[in-house]
Order: sequence, then structure tokens, then C-alpha cells
Amino acid sequence: MSDEVVDSNPYSRLMALQRMGIVHDYERIRSMTVAVVGMGGVGSVAAEMLTRCGLGRLLMYDYDKVELANMNRLFFRPEQAGMTKTDAAAQTLAGINPDVALESFTSNITTLEGFDAFKASLCDSEGAPRVDLVLSCVDNYEARMTINQVCLELGQAWMESGVSEDAVSGHIQVIIPGVTACFACVPPLVVASGIDERTLKREGVCAASLPTTMGIVAGLLVQNALKHLLCFGQVTRYLGYSSLKDFFPTMDIRPNPGCANTLCGRRQTEAAAREASPEARAAAAAAAAAAEAAAAAEAEAPVHDDNSWGIEVVADQAEPSGSGGESNIGARARGKPGAPPEGLQYSMPAGVTAEELRAQAVEDSESNIEDLMSQLDALNKP
Amino acid sequence: MAEWDSGTKETVKRIPFLTVRCGPRDKEDWAKRLKEELTALIKYIQLNKASDSDWFTITANKEGTHWSGKCWYVHELLRHEFAFEFDIPATYPATAPEIRIPELDGKTAKMYRGGAICLTVHFKPLWTKNSPHFGVAHAMCLGLAPWLAAEVPHLVETGAIAAKA
Repeated sequence: MSDEVVDSNPYSRLMALQRMGIVHDYERIRSMTVAVVGMGGVGSVAAEMLTRCGLGRLLMYDYDKVELANMNRLFFRPEQAGMTKTDAAAQTLAGINPDVALESFTSNITTLEGFDAFKASLCDSEGAPRVDLVLSCVDNYEARMTINQVCLELGQAWMESGVSEDAVSGHIQVIIPGVTACFACVPPLVVASGIDERTLKREGVCAASLPTTMGIVAGLLVQNALKHLLCFGQVTRYLGYSSLKDFFPTMDIRPNPGCANTLCGRRQTEAAAREASPEARAAAAAAAAAAEAAAAAEAEAPVHDDNSWGIEVVADQAEPSGSGGESNIGARARGKPGAPPEGLQYSMPAGVTAEELRAQAVEDSESNIEDLMSQLDALNKP
Repeated sequence: MAEWDSGTKETVKRIPFLTVRCGPRDKEDWAKRLKEELTALIKYIQLNKASDSDWFTITANKEGTHWSGKCWYVHELLRHEFAFEFDIPATYPATAPEIRIPELDGKTAKMYRGGAICLTVHFKPLWTKNSPHFGVAHAMCLGLAPWLAAEVPHLVETGAIAAKA
């Protein structure tokens, strides 16, 4: 990657990030591989951004075709209608930056075969992950749960993204197996209520979308991905975007000790062990000491030598006692696993209760699978 | 399970709950889960037959990963019958199966490409909430049956389908 400042160098403005002191070694991006799963309104734009950034290798996944109904979003063009999204994207991206190695995967990842093929495609011949990051740009729960499972199995960091059905809000979320919540730790809180089968609404299957929201979420996602890959700034673990009020909440979602996915539980134990290792403790202590030294150095040098007006800085509101950099929820939950802090309660709706399960669980059958299948076939006859 | 019509509610209450949290990627435990699936389905079909409300046939491949059959719905005294199929997803039972009615693909907006019926609003949240205790029988009772009840009258009204002679 040349950093020569001439009009003909496509990387001059990217390499300037080093000169400006933002990125230490930008050229590392040439050796990096990112998988973009789902080449829709967010994924295709994210792929273009990564391509223009000079990424080394880009893996693209989608089994859908380009349609005219996609034209309210960015990237795809009307003449590409009918092509697979992966082919259309490869065509455009290869034209934009031939330096990026592109790989297309055109299949559904949620099926049994698709799952294995997806997992294999993320690994080298030894079975170790060959990607630096997986970006989830899919539009459904099943595909997210598939990516979650594959990344838990590989111990692979990934970033989830989403845009709401009404097109006015979105989010990005970093998922590091065992370290942060996995996608199954905090499932989307959707509760069916007020539904009668006769009055099932017919509308609603067609989600709204806007090029703006999709583009913004893609931008937030790739910005966070660049920070993660090139080690600059602070990688945000969760960033929400509510466009109606321009509200951008950020938070840290800790792993759920009661996660339904048993592999997530194992990854949590491994992460806790890593965190408690002497090397990790020493590194954390060194980082804390460095931060303290920096803060002390800053505090030592007064901005102004005199303060004849007696101006002082006071907080807007009284700080609640004990609130540090970390949320009370995280600290409390770690102290006593399973117990939420005072005043909070778990809000995941209970499904089948233990009592219902005792009364109504399927009884162990004496018959084997073949017998049961023939019983079922017999019932199929009128 | 508030707000379902009383008939569906009574029936689903009598379908046994499943207990094995395992999908088809784990061959050994899947055999246990498959036994539970078949037992619950047999119970559900027997209930339907006993109340003279039989509405589908179903059969699986020997691994229990691909299911298919016929389902029917009676609207204004005419019977409408469709072939359906679905595969057990890799992340089952954390995620529900996607039931497809390929012959209706393109005829209704409440369907995803490839003929997968839209279960997002009325069924998926229930499945998630009750995982892993819901199985194929519940997907039929709470997923496909309500979809047919809502969609068939609409498809007939708009002339997209007519009863087969």
C-alpha cells in the first residue's frame, strides 16, 4: 500500500490515517479477512466500504437474488435484477478495487448442510478460523442463531447488526464468545399477545426500509469493525440508533450465566479462567497503572495558573455512591451469579413451567423410531 | 398463551411437551428427541381424529430431518388441500422449522420466497418462549393451522386459488 500523495494512488487518503496518528499500521488490513453474511441493504454497503478500505479478503454470503424491490436501498443497480446478490456484488466490487480477494457463497446457512458448509468456509484446511471477523447483516432470527452457534464453536468474534422492521432504528453489537453476551444470552424480547387466528393481520410481512438507516447502520458497523481490526479508538460493544429522536444508546452486555446454549456457558468459564491467569492479571494491572499515570500527569498540570473568579466544575447531579466506570448491574451480577441487583428483575417471559412439564411431558415410549414412524404412517390413512 | 381462540388453546394444552434439548447435528441425542417428536405428533393426530378435526398427514425421512405431507382447510364447505414440507434447521430446537407450501409461492404476501409461510408474528415468539418444549406437533397446531385459517379465505376471495374438483 503506497502512502504517496498523488491523485492516482487509491490508498493515499487511507494511509494518511497513520500520518494523522489515528491508526498505527493501516497496511495490516491487506492481510485481513472479513466474512459478510447477508448481502442486503446493510451487508452490500458494508462490503463496499471494506472493499474501498483495501481489505485483503472478503467472503460474501447470500442465497437471494437482486430484485427491483431492493432499489430503495444502496449498492445494487436495476440492471442487476435477477442476478444472485453475491454475483452482482462480486461484479461491482471487483470493478471498484481489484486488490481485494473476493469469495462468494450462495447458499442458505440455516439448513443442516448449509450450517456445515458455512462453518467449513470460515476455516482453513486445519479447521482453524481463517477470518478475522464475521459481520452479520442478515434479516432473520434463524440466521443470527446459526452465526451465533458457528462462532461459539469456533471461538470467533463477530458483530451483529440489524435494522428495525419500521426502518427508523437499528443497532450493532459485538459478540466475543464467553466474554460478551452471545446472541442466545439475551434473545429479542418478543412476546405474542392479543392474537386470534381469525384476526391475524395480513399486512406486516413486507418490512419497510430506508437507504439512510441501512447506510448509517452499515457505516456504524464497518467503523466498529475497522476499530476492532486495526486496534484504534474504543470498540463499542453495543450501539443503538433510534433515528426519530437521534438517540444513540451504548452499553456493555455481559454474558448470561443462565444462557440456554451450553457451549456459551463453557466459553464463559474459559474466558473467566483466561481473565484470572497471572499473565492476564499482570497485563490488566499494567494497563490500569498506565491509565493512572496518564490521569495523574494530566491532573498535575493546571490549565490555568490562577482562578481569580473562583470558578469550579461541579457535576450536574449528585453521583450515586459507588458508581464507577462499570455499571452496577455488571458488578453485582458478577458478585452473585444469577441474582439481579435490588430493584431489577428478569423480564424474559416464562414459557412452560416446571409443574406443567411434570404434568404434561411426553412419556417415554417403549417403541423405537421405526415403530413410531409406522404408527404415524398408519394414521395418515383416512 | 393468551388470546388464542379457545379451540386451539384446548388442543395445544393436550399435546405433550418435549424435553430433550437437541437438534439433528447431535446424532445420539437426536434419536431421543425424534422419539419424543413422533410420540407427540401421534398423540396430536389421534386427538384430531377423535374430535373429527383431522387436518393433515405427515411423514418424515428416516433421519427425521425432512418432513412432508398434505394439509387441508375447509372454507365455505369446500376443501382446499396443499402439499407442505419443512426441514429441521441446524439450530433446532432453539429455532422453529420453516414450513413451506411451494404451490402457493407468489400467491400471497404472507409468505417468504420459496413458499415459506410467514410465522414471524403469531408463532415464532411463542416457539422461542417455549423452547425446547415445543416440537413439530406444536408447529403444526400453532403455526400452520392458524396460517391456513387466515390465508385460505383470503386466497379464495382474491381468486388466487379455487377448490380442486
